[in-house]
Amino acid sequence: MMSPAIDNAGKVELESVLASHVGDPAVLALTQKLSTSIQSAKFDRNELTLTISREDIVAVCQIVQASGYNFLADVTCVDWYPNQPRFQVTYHILSHGLKRRLRLCVLVEEGDPSVDSITTVWPAANFYEREIFDLFGVRFGGHPNMRRILLPEEFQGNPLRKDFPVEGYR
Amino acid sequence: MAELLTAPTVVAPDQDRTMILNMGPQHPSTHGVLRLVLEIDGEVVVRVAPDIGFLHTGIEKTCEAKFYQQVVPLTDRIDYLSPMHNNLCYCLAVEKLLQLEIPDRAQWLRVLLSELTRLNSHLVWLGTHAMDLGALTVFLYCFREREEILRIFDAVAGQRMMTSYFRIGGVSLEPPLDFCDRVRKLLKSLPEKIDEYENLLTGNPIFINRTKGVGLLSAEDAIALGVTGPPLRASGVDWDLRRDMPYSSYEKFQFQVPVSKDCDVWARYVLRVREMRESVKIATQALDGLPEGRIKADAPKIVLPDREAMKTQMEALIHHFKIVTEGFAVPAGQVYQAIESSRGEMGYFVVSDGTAKPYRVHMRNPTFATLQAIEKMCVGRLLADVVAAVGSIDIVLGEIDR
Repeated sequence: MMSPAIDNAGKVELESVLASHVGDPAVLALTQKLSTSIQSAKFDRNELTLTISREDIVAVCQIVQASGYNFLADVTCVDWYPNQPRFQVTYHILSHGLKRRLRLCVLVEEGDPSVDSITTVWPAANFYEREIFDLFGVRFGGHPNMRRILLPEEFQGNPLRKDFPVEGYR
Repeated sequence: MAELLTAPTVVAPDQDRTMILNMGPQHPSTHGVLRLVLEIDGEVVVRVAPDIGFLHTGIEKTCEAKFYQQVVPLTDRIDYLSPMHNNLCYCLAVEKLLQLEIPDRAQWLRVLLSELTRLNSHLVWLGTHAMDLGALTVFLYCFREREEILRIFDAVAGQRMMTSYFRIGGVSLEPPLDFCDRVRKLLKSLPEKIDEYENLLTGNPIFINRTKGVGLLSAEDAIALGVTGPPLRASGVDWDLRRDMPYSSYEKFQFQVPVSKDCDVWARYVLRVREMRESVKIATQALDGLPEGRIKADAPKIVLPDREAMKTQMEALIHHFKIVTEGFAVPAGQVYQAIESSRGEMGYFVVSDGTAKPYRVHMRNPTFATLQAIEKMCVGRLLADVVAAVGSIDIVLGEIDR
């Protein structure tokens, strides 16, 4: 099973990927202003992925937005159960000017499944964060309306978690 | 138009004055099962809260239990008005994970059928949108042409709506012999038919009064709220993934991207009609330049063999058996592939853990995000304009709820 945990080889990869992407304004701005928040970086199949520490996601989004990545395309989550950290909250950000995409990931422990909401940076995150809350049970601090969106209010459980059976509970 | 954007009608939310009105999920102009909870002050809308999820079937969860190739028919059911766009986006994402080269003929067929799908979807939108605003005739005209497109889909894929025609590695079947003639005949007739619809609507004073200056959305708001596709371009943002981040050889086709700065329902109507004309152009180019050759990638461990090969060659039979019973392993990784669907940016986020089943499939559907803009479009406006605004974002609840 592939796990997004961070090790020594990851540190080497982080530095080489950041070095080869200094031309990217978001990478440049992040390494200058908040380099400690980048935990790992990956460049795979022409897609750049940066893993960000959980506390810094709002600050990172502000920097990324200011550097020209103006459009939040998608927010979603991956459950790596039974590995820890369990949840990978994933942000897909698009730049209309650069015609390029950037993926930000935040790893979230099962014990405290919560991330700060980025609705203050991109209001578009509103529905997506509610969807993740609904289907994965990850809470978003500071979200204006943290309620279920697709499932009924009285529904028990979070169906996209890997320990939830496909056919549901009977 | 700018003064309308900056100075909406002033409304003071006053508990004693306002009332809550429930619109949908059975309201005919909510296109399926959208429920809007409206707070109104007389005829003026104070607050709009969309309530969605009535069609939620857990497709993302279902995908995790299927082989990669078995997910294709599930994708049709998400946006049932543009099934081929879903097929295309999913196949492109998996092909990106597999790093698979697709033959030219398959790519051209994909472009051709994607554009027919766009026409199909826009025709349904035009018909139902006009019907919402009181022009019933357009609906009948649009469905006449849509019927021919669906017949072509039936001939090509064996299905009118849930086509599943694009497969991982190419397309499922060689199109029938009369395919080119039928499509050419349809494409030749369409510009005239689009003139006919415009004749009914573009100069129609009732339609103009119901749409001009209604459902305003500025470019900044559109970007902040994740709006894509025709509503984004109608707000003056010149962005089309087919041109700006081309996929499936769209870079080889010449077409214009219509943009409007009017930001209202009318602009979205004008823009979609112009987009239909561009789609006819792209489809004609794809038909004229349709190359000969294979329709499936040369990857025997991924693409099912032809029936004849399967019944005559040992290896082909083994591959067929293996693919059907065990699926094929996809290298581990995460990809996000986006295409310009009829409604905007459709994206598939596929995570593979190296097995034959996707670890996670997430669909970024355009109207899910666009629906968030409904409040900006409707607040401070009349109740009747909500119908026009909802129609103008072209919602399909299947893709919002998944």
